[in-house]
Amino acid sequence: MSSWPWLQSGRIGDPQTPSLGSLAVSDFLRSYLTVAIFGAVALLLAGGILSLGRLIRPSHGNAEKLLTYESGVDPTGDMWSQSNIRYYVFALLFVMFDVEAVFLFPWATRLEAYGVFGLVEMGIFILILLLGLVYAWRKGMLRWV
Amino acid sequence: MMFAQVPPTTDPPVPTEFSTPDVDAWLILPLLVLIGGAVLLLMVASLVKSLQDGRFAAYATTAIAASAAICVIPLWARLNADGASSTFNGAVGFDGFSLFITVMICISVALTALVAAQYLIDEGFGGVEFYVLMLLSAAGGVVMASANDLIVLFLGLEVLSIAVYVLVASQLRRFASTEAGLKYFLLGAFSSAFLLYGIALVYGATGSTNMSTIKDFLAGNLLTNNALLLAGFALMLVGLGFKVAAVPFHAWTPDVYEGAPSPVVGFMASVVKAAGFAALIRVFVVTFSTYASDWQPAIYALAVLSLLGGSIAAVVQTNVKRMLAYSSISHAGFILVGVQAATDDGVRAALFYVAAYSVMIVGTFGVVTVFGGEGDHAHSLDDYRGLGRRRPALAFALTILLLSQAGVPFTVGFFAKLEIITAAVGAGSQWLGVIAMLAAVIAAYLYLRIVVSLFMQDADEEAEPVRLRTPDTAVAAIAIAVAAVMFFGIVPGPLDDVARDAVPVLVTRG
Amino acid sequence: MFIAAALIILSGAMGVIVARNPVHSALFLVQTLFGVAALFVLQEAHFLAAVQVIVYAGAIVILFLFVIMLLGVDKVEDLNVEPIAGQRPLAVVIGAAGIGLMLTVLVIATDVISGAHSSTGPLGESDIDEIAKSIFGDYVFAFQLTGVLLTIAVVGAVVLARRAATDPEPIPESAYDELVAAQIAARESTLTAEGGDGTAQDGEETTDDGEDSADDGEAET
Repeated sequence: MSSWPWLQSGRIGDPQTPSLGSLAVSDFLRSYLTVAIFGAVALLLAGGILSLGRLIRPSHGNAEKLLTYESGVDPTGDMWSQSNIRYYVFALLFVMFDVEAVFLFPWATRLEAYGVFGLVEMGIFILILLLGLVYAWRKGMLRWV
Repeated sequence: MMFAQVPPTTDPPVPTEFSTPDVDAWLILPLLVLIGGAVLLLMVASLVKSLQDGRFAAYATTAIAASAAICVIPLWARLNADGASSTFNGAVGFDGFSLFITVMICISVALTALVAAQYLIDEGFGGVEFYVLMLLSAAGGVVMASANDLIVLFLGLEVLSIAVYVLVASQLRRFASTEAGLKYFLLGAFSSAFLLYGIALVYGATGSTNMSTIKDFLAGNLLTNNALLLAGFALMLVGLGFKVAAVPFHAWTPDVYEGAPSPVVGFMASVVKAAGFAALIRVFVVTFSTYASDWQPAIYALAVLSLLGGSIAAVVQTNVKRMLAYSSISHAGFILVGVQAATDDGVRAALFYVAAYSVMIVGTFGVVTVFGGEGDHAHSLDDYRGLGRRRPALAFALTILLLSQAGVPFTVGFFAKLEIITAAVGAGSQWLGVIAMLAAVIAAYLYLRIVVSLFMQDADEEAEPVRLRTPDTAVAAIAIAVAAVMFFGIVPGPLDDVARDAVPVLVTRG
Repeated sequence: MFIAAALIILSGAMGVIVARNPVHSALFLVQTLFGVAALFVLQEAHFLAAVQVIVYAGAIVILFLFVIMLLGVDKVEDLNVEPIAGQRPLAVVIGAAGIGLMLTVLVIATDVISGAHSSTGPLGESDIDEIAKSIFGDYVFAFQLTGVLLTIAVVGAVVLARRAATDPEPIPESAYDELVAAQIAARESTLTAEGGDGTAQDGEETTDDGEDSADDGEAET
């Protein structure tokens, strides 16, 4: 099946289950091992390249170099400035439809099983959320000023 | 390759067997009217600009709440004919209890809308959203009262609470309002987490979130080790105790009542409290009835602390809104006495008290709204001096409402307190009854203090009198409240009978 | 695996409360939420794990960051002043009591309590199907309520945000000038004082310094 024995399937506790060292790996963890390896590689790559850059680049720090713009207008204040409350409503609307999408997934995987009832219920749900959006729109919260 | 696709070992999932849940939308008609009305109002008002100001929204809200209450009448008839039932796979209960609370909440909403109508225009905030949030919040309260499932109960609580957080903070020009909103929100969110944790533990102990299933399970199984269950009880009690403002979960009450816009306070004191007690009765008295001997001492303690703590702290206040906040804690203690009895009489007395208190407090805060004057700030006892001369009718109305809160005979408050104490004695908690009477006497002093400053003392000559407006809608709401207090104070029978019929029943899915 | 996930969660949670910069707290929160997602994976709840990452680590923390930026991270709160005397020792005691209580319950409850259901068995089908069955089955009413709840959240946010956006607090010109002058001065002083290393601006500077906290106190009042 695979050249990596621990990538093979099996149940924990099953004597046949291949193990990674002493760690028994069941099939659901096996698939996430790929994720873990990807994550580790990404971290190593980013960290390695950055530290490599740090090792070989020359460093002559002075105040001028730390300015945001070397030429042009000096910025006032620092980078942690206050943002507009307008963005908050956008973020909230995003969360709202994020949650809606989460609810849509289980329904979409078994669309036919729920038939008309599921359609109606989901329709009501989306309608209620849409009304919220329409309200925010009519109140001019979606206008980018 | 290295990451060769390994075929799944489990069988391909079989198609979901699914049976459509039983849905009887008629049973939740009042709820649908409230939510639908709120949403419709929101849409109409945001699409038609001309309706955004003025009193249109207030009248619409009153109409929606009234029609939701009227919807209960055929349902009540159906209840008497067919008995209690449940719908949505047993998630929503349909019994006299839920209908009773529904009507009460609707009445409170209608009265509050009338009180707020001119106030919001004068103060220049709120608009349509105020009423929409109020209706949705009331819908959350109705859900709590009819919840037959702990998850539904929790969602009802959140719908109720989140809308009220916004209402409390809605007077953005006044800093105290925003501050109160933030305080209420932070503590409220915290208490919701307690409730949810409690629900999770109870689910862990019983294997279900459905209240009737839990009740059956607890009645049919002897738990050898009930630590998980009892911890769940405790956490749920904390969560609900916060909502009904019982000592020691009351610390937010005075600040929030003082800071929030006055009509909102009336709404909170009636609807939030009614919904909180409805949930408390449904969860503890009905669902956890098998374990009554375990939770009764806890509620006993809460009742004693609330009764005494609320009454005593109220006496030393000088701000009328704070006084009423503490007195509302004391009232919560009274209702807890009824809950603690855990008998049918106790539930009936608690319902009677909640109903009486809702009407009284909405009326009281109606008068307080008017007396607050421009900017809703003149609420100290000194500000109330001499109002008996300037506004005799309103001052008289406030006097009646306060006397009713004190439990003076010929007002509905008297019978409410009487029934609570009778129920407590009937359930064998005589001492609790004595403490309740003591608290009533202490609290009576506080109400008399307000009345004295209204009538007996003259206003400060040098101080510029607060400009008062007496909008007709608010006067109408106050008049209705006073009339109800007087009527049921002389003829308590009808309300009592209804409260007796409004027994909470848990029905498993049909 | 469980221990690894638990370590991720606990260290993240500690980071949330220990970090002095609120943005760092929010990032530690992401770590915690990732740990919870890992726990879901261990329970074979893959869909829930994905939702946890998408909604919480993605959307909710973004919302947190917006609020943090809204309030302005540049205002350093003085953590050394206790608004209520004895607040912190009391918090430690109460926190310890709470943990003790929960641990006691857990220890007592080790022998199985209910026997009604067992959550240790594997899910019959994939968790996404089970969730769908619950949403359209027993909890269909709760599902619709969720929609109402989200709409309330939007209406509430619009009510509270719109007023703030349309008529902002009028800031007196002089105050604004002072603010800018103060910020410029602060920046210059850091640049000169720190010389080459300008990382002091990232908010990790401690407020333990007596002079600093005194200044902050004045600025707050």
